[in-house]
Formats: sequence, C-alpha cells, structure tokens
Amino acid sequence: MPTGVVVVQAFLSDAGLPTLDNLRALGGGDILRALLNSVVLSAVTALLGAVFGAVVAYAVSTASPDGALRRVVSAASGVLAQFGGVMLAFAWIATLGLSGLVPTFLRDHLGADVDTSWLYGLRGFVLVYLYFQIPLMVIVFLPSIDGLRPQWREAAESLGGSTWQYWRHVAGPVLAPAFASSALLLFANALSAYATAAALNAQSTFILPLQIGNAIGSEVVLGRQNVAKALALEMVVLVAVIMTAYAWLQRRAERWLG
Amino acid sequence: MRTRSVRGATACAVALALVGLAACAPPAKEASGEAKKSSTATSAQAFGGMDALVAAAKKEGTLNVIALPPDWANYGEMISAFQTKYGIKVVSAQPDADSATEISTAKNLKGQGNAPDVFDLGQAVALANTDLYAPYKAQGFDAIPADLKDPDGKWVNDYGGYISIGFDAKKVPAPKSFADLLKPEYKGKVALNGNPTKAGAAFSGVVAAALGNGGSADDVAPGVDYFVKLKEAGNLVPVDPTPATIQSGQTAVVIDWDYNNAGQTKALAGKVNWKTVVPQGAVTGAYYVQAVNKDAPHPAAARLWEEFLYSDEGQNLWLKGGARPVRGEEMAKAGTIDKAAYSALPAVSGTPIFITEEQRAKITDYLNQNWQKEMG
Repeated sequence: MPTGVVVVQAFLSDAGLPTLDNLRALGGGDILRALLNSVVLSAVTALLGAVFGAVVAYAVSTASPDGALRRVVSAASGVLAQFGGVMLAFAWIATLGLSGLVPTFLRDHLGADVDTSWLYGLRGFVLVYLYFQIPLMVIVFLPSIDGLRPQWREAAESLGGSTWQYWRHVAGPVLAPAFASSALLLFANALSAYATAAALNAQSTFILPLQIGNAIGSEVVLGRQNVAKALALEMVVLVAVIMTAYAWLQRRAERWLG
Repeated sequence: MRTRSVRGATACAVALALVGLAACAPPAKEASGEAKKSSTATSAQAFGGMDALVAAAKKEGTLNVIALPPDWANYGEMISAFQTKYGIKVVSAQPDADSATEISTAKNLKGQGNAPDVFDLGQAVALANTDLYAPYKAQGFDAIPADLKDPDGKWVNDYGGYISIGFDAKKVPAPKSFADLLKPEYKGKVALNGNPTKAGAAFSGVVAAALGNGGSADDVAPGVDYFVKLKEAGNLVPVDPTPATIQSGQTAVVIDWDYNNAGQTKALAGKVNWKTVVPQGAVTGAYYVQAVNKDAPHPAAARLWEEFLYSDEGQNLWLKGGARPVRGEEMAKAGTIDKAAYSALPAVSGTPIFITEEQRAKITDYLNQNWQKEMG
C-alpha cells in the first residue's frame, strides 16, 4: 500500500497533475552522486559486515551452547544491532569528532593534531555503520552456522579431508545461500538507515535517505514532496534489482548443492 | 514551522503531559447560525465587542493548536495563561511538527473537530497557502508596520528574532563577528543549526554570514564562501546541534536564531554557561506568521487566541521566551513592555535585514545549486 502511494505520487506534480518532472530530477548530478554513494556505502558495509559478522558468529558457534561467551555475544549483538540512530552517531561524535575525546586527548597530551573530519564523510559512515551491521550479521547468521552438523566434519576428516577441503567442499557451499541472503539484508539495512546519517552530518545530503529527508521536510525549498517519492521509487527499484540478482544467485547455489 | 532538532524528547514529554487525554477531540458541531457568524468575523467588533467574543469562545470550550513546542518562544506559558484566563481547553497537537505539516494536517483533517484552529508558520510556507486563512484583525493590528502583515489581515507577523552566535563561555572566547569564528580557537567547534536548503534558521544563517562578509541579501555567495572557508579551516562541525552535543562540547558554538540560543541558555542553566551575541554588521531577522484556519472547528476560540497573542500580555509572554514580539517597539514607546525581558535580549548594532520574497527565491536557487556541491 505505501509502495503504491509512492509509485503513483512519484508521477504527479505538486498540483496533482501527471508529470515526468520528478523522475527527470533523478538525473541531476547531485542525486546521481547520492545514488552512487548510497550503493557504495551499502555494498561496502554489507560486505565487511557480513565477513566480520560471519567470523564472529563462527567463533561463537564453537563455544559451548550455554557458555558465558555465547550468551554475552548474542545479547550484545541483539542490543547493538538496534543501537543505530542518533545515539550511535553521538557516541562516535563524542569519541572521534573534531572536538571528541580522542583527538582532544592527542592534542593536549601528545601535541599531535589529528584531523578527524573524515568521520562526517563516506569513510566515517562506513565505520559507524559497521557498528550495527556486524551485530546484525551475527544475529541472522548464527542459526545457519549452528546448522552445520559436527558429523559432517567428522566424516570429512575420516575420509582424509583437510580443514580447507571441508570448508571448500562441504561447509562453504552449505552456508553460501545463507551468507548471501544475510549480506543482502545488511545491504538493505544500510541503504535505508537515516537517523544515524542525519545526526552525523546535517550539512551534506550525499546519500539518498538524506536527499529524501531534504525533499520532504524542507521549509526553504517548497513543493518537492513528490521528488521525494520519486527518490523513494528509485530505492525501491534498486532493492528490486538486487533481489532479482539474489534469486538468480541462489538458483545457481542450489544447483551446485544438488 | 521549524526544524525541531534542538528541542528534543523533553519538549515532547512536556507537551504530552500538557495535552493529556485531549487527543480524543469531539466531532465538529453542526454549523449553526452562530458558528457561521464566528467563522466570518474579521474583528472583535463583528461579535459585538470583546465580551461577546469571549462568551462565544467559551461556548466552544476548546482550541486546537498545532506545532507549538512548549519551550519555543515560551509557548508553554502562553498556552497555560490562555487556559487559565478564559477557561478554554487548549489541545496542542504535534508540538514538534514543521510548517509544511501544519498545512497538510489542516487539509487532511478539514471538516473534522480535531483540525487545527490557528497556524504559526514560517514566512515561505505562510505566503504559499494564503487561500487557507480567514482574514482577522486582532487588537493592535493597525499599529503593525505594513510590510509585516497582509492588508486584509489574512496573515500577520507575530514574533521573530535575529541570527545569533551562541557559545559556551567556558570553552571559547566570546566572538563578535563571523570573521572571529575563523580563528584557530574555534577549531572543530562551530555548528550551523540545520542544512540551509532545508531549515529556515540555517538559511538565514548563511544570509547573515553573507552580510558579515561583504555580501548582501541579493548576493549570498560570500556567505557560502564563508562556510567553505570555515570548513577548510576545520572549524565547521557538520553535525546537527542538540543540547547533548552542546553539553559535551562537540558544538561549543552554534549559529541559530537568538531566541533558540536563549532557549539553550535556559535549558542548560547550571551545566553550561551558554551566551548569545548578534554578530556585528550581519543582523538578519525573520518573523513567524500567525493565521486563522478558515475551516477552524472553533472559529470564535481561534479569534480569541489571536486577540490574546496580540494583547500586551501575549506579546510580553513571547518576549519572556527570548523572541521579539511584532508590537515590541510600539509597546516600548508606550511603556507597556516587560522592561526586564526587553533589556535581556542580545544587543543589536546596525540595521536589521529582512529577506523579501523575491530575494528568498534567488537565495534558495543559489543555495540549491551550490551548497551541496561545496559541502560535499
């Protein structure tokens, strides 16, 4: 239903007449750059988040099921995955911001003048986003890793297989679809994150969610609400493309497994 | 009507406490002859004088307001004073909403009992929607300068302020002008309240910076160049300033309306020594706009609210919140102004600039093309 509203209104002018102007606005240099930045940010944090998250999840899965490590990591991941938004942004600003704890300490005690303005740009966003991406990966990927039966490993070893061969031929292919779908979830998660970005950088609209926020809520530039709908439509299309690619990938993965 | 980032959860909580169960508004009454008379009245005389207006408003019993944060320009006290004085319940909806939301809410709830009765809008949104207002001239209307009102009373400026520099006196030396903020003492400390292509305060902040750097309201480029310089010097922090960022020292300097900075002083009293100056040679002002919804479910109460806002009492209540009421100068001459609050306003040197609609369009255009490009 909301998607329907977005689709219809993306093609309406402010006065309610059909138009293609909103879509034409998507071709603007600013918005194209925002699109590219959003895709890069989401892809990089999804990939890094998936890899690190999977490693953590594996480490946790080898611990005893009722042990303290597992309970602490699962609980912490559950909290941290929801920790995005203004609080996370503020934690980073207070730590690494231009007047944050770390740069101030370095300046006052070591005389080192560090420039942390990168925190407010794309690289900073990657770092900050990882703090909710990795925990999310741990949560969604842990059940899949738990699905690996120890018997498979024992079987591989008794047939003379090495650890590498076990991962390459048994565990890897079994986990691949779950890994890909988790990474996809992370991609969508990063793509749609708004509050963290808005709190971290109010002056720039270099990713799509910030562009939408500006188009919808501006009290300076009026009548761009439907451009926001067009931007949202662009994000819907983006996710649709990725879902299609994912479905194709999964068919391939299943074929190998079969 | 505003970017509400600075006032956060507390505003919400207070407003909720204030509103209580009022969310369940009664349905609009059938338009009786009397209600019809109220909704076309253009002055208190049309009711047969103030007493008749008060009686009609009391009969309605309720007033719906929207987008009035209790800690913004002292609206919390304004609302409770009105309730006490007239015994009319004020239902305050969406205190943190922006101007565009006020208008869309009025359109969406048209004909319903919980539609807003009155608006408090930013100038740009106000002028784009004049067909939604009922003309009404409250007391003191004639004395308000002609460029601060619609000649028919469809809208009237209510209160305003100047762009100011708020700063933590314990952490940084007192700045006098925009040029001062480029000094190394302010490295990594200066924030602008919002994005100028989105928020009114930031928009006017850039205009003020232009004035302070050889530009004008017709030539805002020096203002953008100034912020680029501020960024390159590492002085500009791009974060959205909040009481939390101020208290933790991340934004020890904030460029914002003087009444917002006055609000921070109050909110952070005892924790941060927050002071406000209006920068030299860069006095940029703007007024908010008051209007009555032509489809107001409580037409008499809406008009009584306007009378209250423009009375000496209402004007002084705004002043107490650090805002400059539109009748301020006239009242200062007449000696009816709250002198303590009036002299507590930050000092202003030079002639204030108010942006005309023509200039606003040009500035918006320039910012749209350049701000994002320069700020990356």
